[in-house]
Amino acid sequence: MNWVLFGQQLINGVSLGAIYAVIALGYTMVYGIIELINFAHGDVYTAGSFVALATLVLLGASGHMAAAALAFALAVTFAVTMLVMGATGIVIERFAYRPLRGKQRLAPLLTAIGVSFSIENLLQLWMGPSPVPFPQIVPNPFFSLGPLTVGQMQLVVIGSSLVMMAALQLFVHRTRLGKAMRATAQDWMAAEIMGIDINKTIALTFFVGSVLAGAAGVITGLFYGNIWFINGFRAGLIAFTAAVLGGIGNTTGAALGGFLIGFIEVMTAQYVGFQWATVAVFSVLILVLIFRPTGLLGQQLPERT
Amino acid sequence: MTSLVVDGVHAFYGHIHALHGVSITVQPGEIVTLIGANGAGKSTTLKTIAGFLRPRPGRILLEGKPIAGLPPHEITRRGVCLVPEGRRIFPRMTVLENLEMGAFARGGRREIQDDLDRVCRLFPRLGERLGQTAGTLSGGEQQMLAIGRALMSRPRILLLDEPSMGLAPVLVELIFRTIQEINAQGVTILLVEQNALMALGVARRGYVLETGRVVLTDVAERLRENDLVRKSYLGEL
Repeated sequence: MNWVLFGQQLINGVSLGAIYAVIALGYTMVYGIIELINFAHGDVYTAGSFVALATLVLLGASGHMAAAALAFALAVTFAVTMLVMGATGIVIERFAYRPLRGKQRLAPLLTAIGVSFSIENLLQLWMGPSPVPFPQIVPNPFFSLGPLTVGQMQLVVIGSSLVMMAALQLFVHRTRLGKAMRATAQDWMAAEIMGIDINKTIALTFFVGSVLAGAAGVITGLFYGNIWFINGFRAGLIAFTAAVLGGIGNTTGAALGGFLIGFIEVMTAQYVGFQWATVAVFSVLILVLIFRPTGLLGQQLPERT
Repeated sequence: MTSLVVDGVHAFYGHIHALHGVSITVQPGEIVTLIGANGAGKSTTLKTIAGFLRPRPGRILLEGKPIAGLPPHEITRRGVCLVPEGRRIFPRMTVLENLEMGAFARGGRREIQDDLDRVCRLFPRLGERLGQTAGTLSGGEQQMLAIGRALMSRPRILLLDEPSMGLAPVLVELIFRTIQEINAQGVTILLVEQNALMALGVARRGYVLETGRVVLTDVAERLRENDLVRKSYLGEL
């Protein structure tokens, strides 16, 4: 076995998995609080790539900018994209899902698929049916780690994903609003009795999940250098698989599942064949649903009324 | 002023007419109990007061001010706290976090710490288990936590729904002693119980509900002597 190749693919798997993990957090948070698979979530992520592109174009960002100007442009792009996607998440919840809350489960699920198609088609109308180049403004030198090499962008991807995951953990465990979210996810009736406005808390959950998806969208554009309106369909399903693998509703599980799925996808491509990578990922989904439906770390679902 | 007035309240679950004009009053400092068979509307009455069902029609006044139609979280903020049937603690939070959630609607770090101390004095078992995940507590401890959590909101009136359900007799005794203790500290209590004997033992007055209607009301001692109550709810022949 060629361990250098394996190590190199491991780095690739971790950087791919980091993005899945961040997207999976949004799925799992929403499922954990209202038991809805928000199929539009992957498209919110891709819409984030598009909003980021538009913001960078507006700012006139290019690879020739001075480092300070570049950092400023990136900071603005992240902030704008995360806020726009967060607001989008709130709007989707308010107008597509809230009116159906408490109705039979199938109605919001189908609505989520409808929202997903709507976003995909809006993105296609906006920037066309072909992949769109994304400006490669972050220099991407490679560093050696012994026999392995790692690109600066891979470090950015992994590092920023870890920061987001840590920030989310701090938010849900240490802040008042975060605790309100956890309380609502565990028992909405009891949360309401505590004086928590659960409508606001559910909106907040969509906001936070969509903010993370938006950030992942920016990172994806910077990392891969092109974006496509349909990206979110595949990435969303894979991130959903990651959330199920980790245990739906469980944020730690979503992060773990994201990294594992990234690993499985990359290793299958390397050792089995590129064309089998997606097959392997969705086989994991099927196997988990058959043999361990609660996922690796266990589901965390609301109490039944 | 009367703590709580429930006046001619009707309530529905979907199309099921669950309350048919229930009227109840609770005076400040009282323990009042609602007794009756399963499905008589006791829990429904509490849920309606707490805002989970809307009276259609009917009035609910808290210290003279109407609260009917407000969402449950607003009603909590006005000082009505429900300890729901089945406890409904937050299973994946620690005991301490559960208690802190009880104080969610109010501010004041110092006062919250004082109330934490007070709850831990009332339930020493909780004080010993503050770091434990609440879902791993025994049923009795979970009931203590549910009551302690409600006290953290400094309620003007506490609504207790079946606090003795599923508990061993010795724990039932303990819970009822604590209810009296809480009441002695000045908290007004509206208590729903299957265990009518115990409930009438601590309450000053009681209401008997049958199929969504109040069929009888009196001071607790006289209800205990009442033939209907003895036959139907105290298991006597």
